[in-house]
Amino acid sequence: MARRVCILIALALLVAPTFAQAQQQPLPVDEIAPGVFAHIGKTSLMTRENDGAIANIGFIIGESAVAIIDTGGSVREGRQLLAAVRARTDRPIRYVINTHGHPDHVFGNAAFVQDGTSFVGHRNLPSALVTRGSFYIDAFRRIMGGPLIDEVRMVPPTILVDGTTTLDLGKRNLTLRAWPVAHTDSDLTVLDEQTRTLFAGDLVFLSHTPVLDGSLRGWLRVIGELAALPAQRVVPGHGPVSEWPVALADQRRYLQTLATDVRALVTSGKSITAAPETAAGAERSRWQLFDDFNARNATAAFSEIEWE
Amino acid sequence: MSGYRFRLFCLAGLLSVMLGAALAPAAAADANDTWPGLVQDIFNNREMNDGADVIAIEMPYRAEDAAVVPVTLRTKLPAGDSRRVLRITLVIDQNPAPMAAKFELGPDANVSEISTRVRVNNYTDVHAVAELSDGKLYMAKTYVKASGGCSAPAAKNADEARSRLGQMRYRQFARPGQGPASGAREAQIMIGHPSNSGLQMNQVTQLYVPAFFVEQLRLWQDDSLVLAMEGGISISEDPNVRFTYVSNGAKRFRAEARDTGGNTFRNEWKIDDSSM
Repeated sequence: MARRVCILIALALLVAPTFAQAQQQPLPVDEIAPGVFAHIGKTSLMTRENDGAIANIGFIIGESAVAIIDTGGSVREGRQLLAAVRARTDRPIRYVINTHGHPDHVFGNAAFVQDGTSFVGHRNLPSALVTRGSFYIDAFRRIMGGPLIDEVRMVPPTILVDGTTTLDLGKRNLTLRAWPVAHTDSDLTVLDEQTRTLFAGDLVFLSHTPVLDGSLRGWLRVIGELAALPAQRVVPGHGPVSEWPVALADQRRYLQTLATDVRALVTSGKSITAAPETAAGAERSRWQLFDDFNARNATAAFSEIEWE
Repeated sequence: MSGYRFRLFCLAGLLSVMLGAALAPAAAADANDTWPGLVQDIFNNREMNDGADVIAIEMPYRAEDAAVVPVTLRTKLPAGDSRRVLRITLVIDQNPAPMAAKFELGPDANVSEISTRVRVNNYTDVHAVAELSDGKLYMAKTYVKASGGCSAPAAKNADEARSRLGQMRYRQFARPGQGPASGAREAQIMIGHPSNSGLQMNQVTQLYVPAFFVEQLRLWQDDSLVLAMEGGISISEDPNVRFTYVSNGAKRFRAEARDTGGNTFRNEWKIDDSSM
């Protein structure tokens, strides 16, 4: 009997993903400009219930090919994004661009692995995936469970961007730019020249509390340069599609407040433990998920600013 | 799929869920129960005495940033106790390298508080074990929840960590209510240094990223040891130690750090009594 149960369980595990694939619904996307599609993620932490679908991801269709911009927080979300592409075009997916290495942006990569598709990222992205990938998979297996996470693979980019690169989708050029350390040390933006739509990745947050995982001072410097990009609208990493560059204002104010408050703590000789409780407190009512991320931002900012 | 087979699959699926639910808590309990093995490996199975009156350990309830989790160790021996704290070992049970640090307290420095920053990979007990001059071990512990989101126990800015390799900063702090005459001091030492575990494999090249971290830090006032730390990969990048001590009247503070790459970094500073 025990053996029969084991066999049945094994069969059930084998069949479960097939079931899921057969019923794959296309991810809801909006055509925010001609040929430019975006899915607006739920402002939430990644959970078992939301399939990790919390980041803004999307795709751009050219005359000969398609580019994916970030793949979502699970392979399931990645497959749903793929279904959304296939509901609109049969053109090949030539590029999968990752704006950085965080799990809500890269965990869907495995859904797009096939001949003819190149993965594209910042020159630092391969090492970010090496140093963090297995930790992320273990951590999110605890949070989201094996069925969603066991199929996640870290797929490193084979086209590395250092400075700027242009990708041609057929009468449609995308300008990719790799940035110095800011939100992370592997931030990449994608500008669709035709519609002047900027996919900013997590260099831009709206509504969702900005998350600091690179350099606070670096991010503030990068915001100054980002503002000069010739875009009309932005798809931020999190939050609604917005006008450019006014979309930067809230985040700039938050990061400046954080820097000012943390600098005052460091100067007055306070311990790092004082930072989470007080820094950027004035911003609390202006952001979602503030208590999930501000304490962490303050801790990271303190350990950076004390080296000034 | 026939109706019968479909029912069979559903039943099997249900069974697997039930079995999973039944097995999971037991497995979790086993996985968390690593302390007895650590007592054997790190402390040679010596007896652990209740440290409630000897040592306190303070950490935030949740590791906000997995790469930078503050920890404070405080000795609690009352004035007049004839025993002295010789060393304090910090153990993060569920980290890949649980023995995070071993602090040796200088014989004449009367160090009573040590704060540093560690990496926390998982939900974990964290133990502080004090060895006293009576030859016994005293243990205190706390529990830390793992960080959420995209926080990882890894470098945020690897280029910068490399660029300030070996830089040292020393800082003194005023102790409220304690004038210079008391001799009580609070100071901090920072060392710019990456903390690569050596455990991370590059999936493309199949090569491990080489280990590179500070393994020993020693601090003196003139030639008298204040504090020494043996560290490992659980100590945060750019090691940072803040501590209290009692001045012996020395005018110089010295630091020496040694890393796994065979480098030794030395620096010294004039002790400034004017700011006390």
